[in-house]
Amino acid sequence: MAAAGLRVSVVSADKDVWSGEASMVVAKTVEGEIGILPGHEPMLAILASGNVRVTTADGSKITANAEGGFLSVENNNVSVVASAAEIVE
Amino acid sequence: MGAQLRVYRQKIRSAQTTKKITRAMELISASRIQKAQARVAAATPYSRAVTRAVSAVATYTNISHVLTTEPAKVERAAIVIFASDRGLAGAFSSQVLREAEQLAELLRSEGKDVAYFLVGRKANAYFSFRRRTPERVWTGGTDAPVFETAREIGEAILESFLRDASEGGVDEIHIVYNRFVNMVSQVPEVVRVLPLEIVDGVEEPGDTDVLPLYEFEPDADKVLDALLPVYIESRIYNAMLQSAASEHASRQRAMKSASDNADKLIREYTRLANNARQSEITQQISEIVGGADALSDAK
Repeated sequence: MAAAGLRVSVVSADKDVWSGEASMVVAKTVEGEIGILPGHEPMLAILASGNVRVTTADGSKITANAEGGFLSVENNNVSVVASAAEIVE
Repeated sequence: MGAQLRVYRQKIRSAQTTKKITRAMELISASRIQKAQARVAAATPYSRAVTRAVSAVATYTNISHVLTTEPAKVERAAIVIFASDRGLAGAFSSQVLREAEQLAELLRSEGKDVAYFLVGRKANAYFSFRRRTPERVWTGGTDAPVFETAREIGEAILESFLRDASEGGVDEIHIVYNRFVNMVSQVPEVVRVLPLEIVDGVEEPGDTDVLPLYEFEPDADKVLDALLPVYIESRIYNAMLQSAASEHASRQRAMKSASDNADKLIREYTRLANNARQSEITQQISEIVGGADALSDAK
């Protein structure tokens, strides 16, 4: 079921940090780093504090700092939900 | 000055001072709605993402966890009511309270005990007037809610959710709040927070579909345990923000109609006062003319 891409949204408690199409997401969970590509099996993970790297559909890279949240993957929808998160330049 | 005229003037002055107050409250609320609305809009994606993740897990897996499974028998249900701290907001508080009463009635008819958690001074006043004891009460700051309060409420209801019904815990949690639809419409809404109700956006798996294998890191119990308080807090916080925006909108509308009514009263009394003044003058003239006539006749 490898579809065109991932729909990613990075959300913090008080705002929508980033959302859009992406080809890859790399995040750091409590167990270690994990990379997610389109067609990944559904997953729910607790995030460790650290960076979430998103490779967007057009190839550019976005890094967000997420703290105390979790990562959910289902049907090529990836949500990074953290109580505090922001884009790092 | 005639007695009648004085009474009218007093009434006009009283309506004018009332109008000053209601106008000021209207303007204050109007300026705060924007901000409250922006806060709702900003917090909604988070709440939606959390709820979506939780209901996806509940739909696609059959892991047994308090978050995702229905209890076999519900003995006690909790209702969290979000009212306001201050009045003068039209039907704002009374409509959530009415909705909550209906819900309580329904729950009781299903043989469930009802426990109340109240937010806002008005809800507390309603309960203490009827000599009913709520489980917990939070007052202050309903018009500008902070996340700490949401966390506190979340912890309290989670704690009683995880306790057994025989020890005073609850098996179900409902929230009742005013949902902000737009400036003129705020509807009271009842949502069952726990056990989870499936939200839109997650497709129901068909009967023939095999449930996808959900992967959890580190493991299912730990993830769901961590997710549960986050989920509740986000739902509560969202309800508080919606309620605050509705409170401002509701107050603005109530105060606008109060100011309009004061205007109408002032206009009416001004007419009456003019009338009284006119007839007083007419009477004085006819008295003078009558007096002069009597004098000239006597010559």
